[in-house]
Amino acid sequence: MSALAHTFSDSVVITRRNLIKVKRVPDLIVFATLSPIMFVLLFRYVFGGAIGGLPDGISYAEFLLPGIFAQTVVFGSTTTGASIAEDLQKGLVDRFRSLPMSRSAVLIGRTVADLGLNAISILVMALTGLLVGWRITSSPLEAAAGFLVLLVFAFAVSWMMALVGLLVRTPEVVNNASFIVIFPLTFVANTFVPLETFPSVLRTFAEWNPVSSVVQAARELFGNQPASAPVPDAWSLQHPALYTLIWAAVILAVFVPLAVRAYLRTATR
Amino acid sequence: MSDAVVVEGLVKKFGDFTALRGVDLTVARGTVLGLLGPNGAGKTTVVRILSTLLRADGGRAEITGLDVATQADQVRSVIGLTGQYAAVDEYLTGEENLEMVGRLYRLGKKESRRRAGELLERFDLTDAARRPAKTYSGGMRRRLDIAASLIARPQVLFLDEPTTGLDPRSRLGMWEFIADLVSDGTTILLTTQYLEEADRLADRMVVIDRGSVIARGTADELKAQVGGERLELTVGSVEGLGRAAELLRPLAVDDAQRDEQTRRLTLPVKGGAATLAEALRLLEGSGVELLDVGLRRPDLDDVFLTLTGHSADAAEGSAPETTETTR
Repeated sequence: MSALAHTFSDSVVITRRNLIKVKRVPDLIVFATLSPIMFVLLFRYVFGGAIGGLPDGISYAEFLLPGIFAQTVVFGSTTTGASIAEDLQKGLVDRFRSLPMSRSAVLIGRTVADLGLNAISILVMALTGLLVGWRITSSPLEAAAGFLVLLVFAFAVSWMMALVGLLVRTPEVVNNASFIVIFPLTFVANTFVPLETFPSVLRTFAEWNPVSSVVQAARELFGNQPASAPVPDAWSLQHPALYTLIWAAVILAVFVPLAVRAYLRTATR
Repeated sequence: MSDAVVVEGLVKKFGDFTALRGVDLTVARGTVLGLLGPNGAGKTTVVRILSTLLRADGGRAEITGLDVATQADQVRSVIGLTGQYAAVDEYLTGEENLEMVGRLYRLGKKESRRRAGELLERFDLTDAARRPAKTYSGGMRRRLDIAASLIARPQVLFLDEPTTGLDPRSRLGMWEFIADLVSDGTTILLTTQYLEEADRLADRMVVIDRGSVIARGTADELKAQVGGERLELTVGSVEGLGRAAELLRPLAVDDAQRDEQTRRLTLPVKGGAATLAEALRLLEGSGVELLDVGLRRPDLDDVFLTLTGHSADAAEGSAPETTETTR
C-alpha cells in the first residue's frame, strides 16, 4: 500500500473510533445542539422584535438562521481542540505515536469526525429553523452549496483548534481560551444584526471577518437575502463564498502542517 | 546478534535540565531488563526515546538493529509500549480497543479481530470484552493496555511502571501475566520503582539515578555489592541496646548499627542460622529484654539505600533534587 492509502485507511479507523464515542455518549450531540436551539429561540423571540434595519421582505427568522448555523459550526469546531487535549492527557496520543501508523491520521480522523458532528448539528438547527419560520427559497443545489460552505469553513477552524489543543493540553483551558476568541468573532459580524447598525471601525472589522462572509454566503445560497437588500461595500461581502473559501484554504495551508508538526513533537506532560 | 536493545551514551536535555547523562544499557533477546530508579531518575525518558516518542540529544539506540532516530517507522513495527497511564479509549469496548490498535499496526481486519479475541482470553477480559473500558477496574485497564501493546506480537515490549497504582492483588496478577510473556520469548524492558517487582521479574537490572547509571547486574550481584547477611534485633530498652551490642560484638564481622529510637541493633554477620543460635545463647540470662530477632539477607531496598544514599520511597517525596520536570 502507498503512503496515501495508509493515511486514508488509518484515518478511517480513527474517525470510526471518534464517532463511536458520539454514539456511546449521546449527551455530546444533545448539548452540542441544545445551546444553538436556545440561541435560535432567544434571538428569534427575545431580540427579534427589537432588531431593526432588516432589508424589506425578510423576517428575522430568515435573517437569523444562517447566522446561527455559522456560529454553531464555529463553536462546534472547538470540540476538536478539547478532544485532542483529552487524548493527550490520557496517554492515547503516546500510544498512537508509538504505532507504525500514518503520522497525520490521528488529526485527520479527529477533524473529519468533528465535521460529521457539525453536520448533525446543522441538520438539527435547520429543522428547528423550519419550525420558527425559516425557509430555504433557493434551488436544492444552491442550498447544498450553502451547507457546504458552512462545513468547509468549520473544517478549517477545526484544524486551527487542533493546534490549540496540542499546545494547551488541558481540555477545559482549550474551551475557555477558544471562547474568548470565538465569542467576539461570531458576534462582531453580521450573524445576528445587520452591519449597517455598527459603528464604523467595528463595521470594517465585521465586513472582513470571515464569519460574516460565511453568514453572507449562506444567506445568499439559502435565498434568505432579498433583492431589496443593499449591495455591500466590501469586496469580501460582495463575493462571500469565494472569500470564505480563500480563508478556509489559507487556514488549512497554514494549520495542517503546524498541527501535524506539533503532534509529532508533543509528549504527554 | 543477541541483544534486542542496545543503548549507548544516551543524553537528553529539557531546557537547562539534563534528564539523561549518557546512559548505556543492553537487553539480551528474550530476557527482561529491570530499569530501576526513583521518580525523576530518567526511567520514563529512556523508554520514551526507545519507543520513538522523544528524540535523544546525544548517543544512539537500536531496537533489533534498527536505529530509533533514523529508522523510527520500522522500529514502531517491532515494539509494543505500555505507558504509565493505561492508554485505552474508555468509550470503546475492550474488543474495539484491541481491534483498533491491531488495524493501526496494519494487521488487517480479520487478523486484528482474531488476535483481539486471543488476547482478551489470555488477559481474562473475555467477559468484559463488549463493555466500554470506562467500566473497567484499574487492573483490567492495565491488562487491556498491555494486551493492546501485544497485538502485533512485538519483539520488544516496553512496560513503564506497569503496576503503579494497582492494589496488591492486581499487582500479583499482573506479575503472573508478565512472567507468562517472558516464557513466550518476548524481550522486555520494564521500569519500576518497586524493587520487589524487579527482583521477581527481571533477569538483569540497571539502576539509574539523576540520569546516570549507578549500578547494573543481576539481583544477586547487586545484593552482593551491599554486603551479606545481618542480624537484626529489637530490645525492650535503650540500656538493653548497649548491653546487647556489647555481648554480641564477637559475632559481628563489621561495625554494628544502633538505632536508639526504634531500639534496633543491626550487626553484619556470617554463618547463617548457627550465628543466630549463638547470638541467642549469648543473650540468654543477660537480662536484655528481646522483642524481636532475625537474620536478614539484603533486599533491593538496601541496594538502593547504599547506592543512592536515599531509599526508593523516600526519593519520591523528600529529595528535592529529583524533580518531576524530566518529562
